[in-house]
Amino acid sequence: MSTRREFFKRALTGSAAVAGAAVCPPVQARSNAQISPDAVGLLFDSTLCVGCKACVAACKRENNLPLDYNTPDDSPWDLPLDTNARTFNVIKAYKDGAATVKDAEQGGYAFMKSSCLHCVDPSCVSACPVTAMTKDPVTGIVQYDADACIGCRYCVAACPFGIPKYDYSSPTGKIAKCELCRHRVKDGHYAACAEVCPTGATLYGKVADLKVEAKRRLALKPGQATRFPRGNISGGPDRSWEGAAARYIQRTYGETEIGGTQMLKLAAVSFEKLGQPTLPDRSFASQSETLQHTLYGGLVLPLVVLGAMAYVAKRNVKPAGEHDEEVRDERA
Amino acid sequence: MSVHDHAMPAPVGGRLANPVTVSCAVLIGVAIAVLGVRFVSGLGSVTNLNDGYPWGIWVVADVVIGSAFACGGFSVAMLVYIFNRGRYHALVRPALLASLLGYTLAGVGVLFDLGRWWNFWHILWPGYASPNSVMFEVAACISLYIVVMWIEFSPAFLEKWGLHDARRKLDRMMFFFIALGTVLPMMHQSSLGSLLVVMGTQIHPLWQSIVLPLIFLISAIVMGYAVVLFESCVAAAGYRRSIEMHLLTPLSKIMLGLLGVFLVVRFGDILIRGALGRAFEPSLQALMFWVETVCFVLPFALLGSEGKRRNPANLFLAGVALMLGGVLLRINAFLIGYMTGEGWNYFPSVPEMLVTIGMFAIEVLGYIIITRRFPVLPREDHAAAAAH
Repeated sequence: MSTRREFFKRALTGSAAVAGAAVCPPVQARSNAQISPDAVGLLFDSTLCVGCKACVAACKRENNLPLDYNTPDDSPWDLPLDTNARTFNVIKAYKDGAATVKDAEQGGYAFMKSSCLHCVDPSCVSACPVTAMTKDPVTGIVQYDADACIGCRYCVAACPFGIPKYDYSSPTGKIAKCELCRHRVKDGHYAACAEVCPTGATLYGKVADLKVEAKRRLALKPGQATRFPRGNISGGPDRSWEGAAARYIQRTYGETEIGGTQMLKLAAVSFEKLGQPTLPDRSFASQSETLQHTLYGGLVLPLVVLGAMAYVAKRNVKPAGEHDEEVRDERA
Repeated sequence: MSVHDHAMPAPVGGRLANPVTVSCAVLIGVAIAVLGVRFVSGLGSVTNLNDGYPWGIWVVADVVIGSAFACGGFSVAMLVYIFNRGRYHALVRPALLASLLGYTLAGVGVLFDLGRWWNFWHILWPGYASPNSVMFEVAACISLYIVVMWIEFSPAFLEKWGLHDARRKLDRMMFFFIALGTVLPMMHQSSLGSLLVVMGTQIHPLWQSIVLPLIFLISAIVMGYAVVLFESCVAAAGYRRSIEMHLLTPLSKIMLGLLGVFLVVRFGDILIRGALGRAFEPSLQALMFWVETVCFVLPFALLGSEGKRRNPANLFLAGVALMLGGVLLRINAFLIGYMTGEGWNYFPSVPEMLVTIGMFAIEVLGYIIITRRFPVLPREDHAAAAAH
């Protein structure tokens, strides 16, 4: 009987160790990552967008991207329907009923930009096992290094906005996503989409400045005359124009979503209707990393379990040949 | 009796070419041909992977499910060496062999799926490797575990080749490899569940949970025992040997106990998170959740009494039900419950499935060749043979 009791005792200790390993309290809990004071990003104002897609064309030109898969070779122009391995940026349209009134949820239409939001605490960076997807500590741009990438596509699966995309058509496919034209900064340029936007619907700048601008617009009365900056709000010449404020939804999308994003969005149609997912404030990256570092921080827990297992195994493992005696003992 | 029960392992012998092995070889050839196209023309040329579903069955079946199936070695070794149930010793080597093949193929299978496979070594290379990534943990652990398992299994080769000195030296350190061989699978089998945590609200609430590592770990251990039941029955039928009922009956009781723990954790978690309502919606996810649950509950009906546990057919069916339950848990969590936005669909293409089938064929072929030529299965001695 004693072996039976001992079995259950061991079973209990073992299970406790396993359970402890899996769910012990988050001793190294990390909260959402904080934004860099010099972080740059975009402010997209759906009410200013006229759907001209100059930003889509400029993005393709400046990033040397080929025709979209959706586009037949003899088409007069490129027709990307969504971001993919050949398209980093698209403007999508929302339509309802006759779609006659701009920015009306019922019977109207509206535009929404789809491109990387450059999360403050990006899931793709947390997911990447080989540091191919990284976040610049100063600008906060989420950047990709194809030479490091193993093509596992965990970043593609992890992104809640469906942004990084892999090129399945190539034996040496890469991940494709907007890097906020970081390759153009040395020439004094900034994000091409914001550079060419005729209405300032896509505005580039420091996130701190963009947040102030977003707040200013939300405070305007519908129809109130105001000046809308274009291009780069944090520098460069004043290219602003005077227009009337729309009936904004009192919310800046991207301010808190999964710990905040460096692309902020304003709209007069609900963000759900414009295809923007509803997300919690706590970043998924911080949840996943808290879990991992709780279990594996300093390899403490695995080593403790290994020590316990080695101790027990040392007592129980008999060299070959002695095994039969042990069995007879057990039977006796 | 005692001699028969605890016979030393011995090669089964017999011809290697038979209808089963030849069929396996053909399936492997087909898979190699498909992979040839994949490496020349890209993943899109043979798979149905798309921008909404970056992971398909090469990840979920070949790696996530394949490695969980391969938990037999870990589950049985833990029982024998950690919980000191020496009576199950005869099951260790065959289970370990299946695990060894399963994991080695899961490791190789990853390469087929990697879009930039020539960089694969980055995942274990300082400067590239990122400990924040759950996938790094999975990759590091599985790589190390494959090496540990080959060491654990090496006595079968050393015995065959008469390297008794090496065998004795290895024996003295074996306890450490056995301990490592229990800790490593605990780590990565749980992490295979943790992989989904970073995907956040894209995973359906019936599967997304912070206790996914515990759910995946317990289910993998249970699947390990289920695979042992299944394999023992199939090996007995295939090689016309007697079924090791005296081991499988008590083993199935342990399995049932652990399955009870699994169901408490699984449903406790769903209740606490308030997600149970989602199981009663008219959705594919809810339907699949119940199919998965039925597979996990069925073994209680099949093996509920000692009498039923003595029936080989019930052991076999319960093993199959649990393997299926574990498969569904993983497919549901990774694919059916992965909601990446409207308009995206994924169902594996025929070539994709042929590769997965080819991978399993390699395992079957490897198992047959090694058990026929190396000392893995317990010797069927004359006493037992005479009884037939």
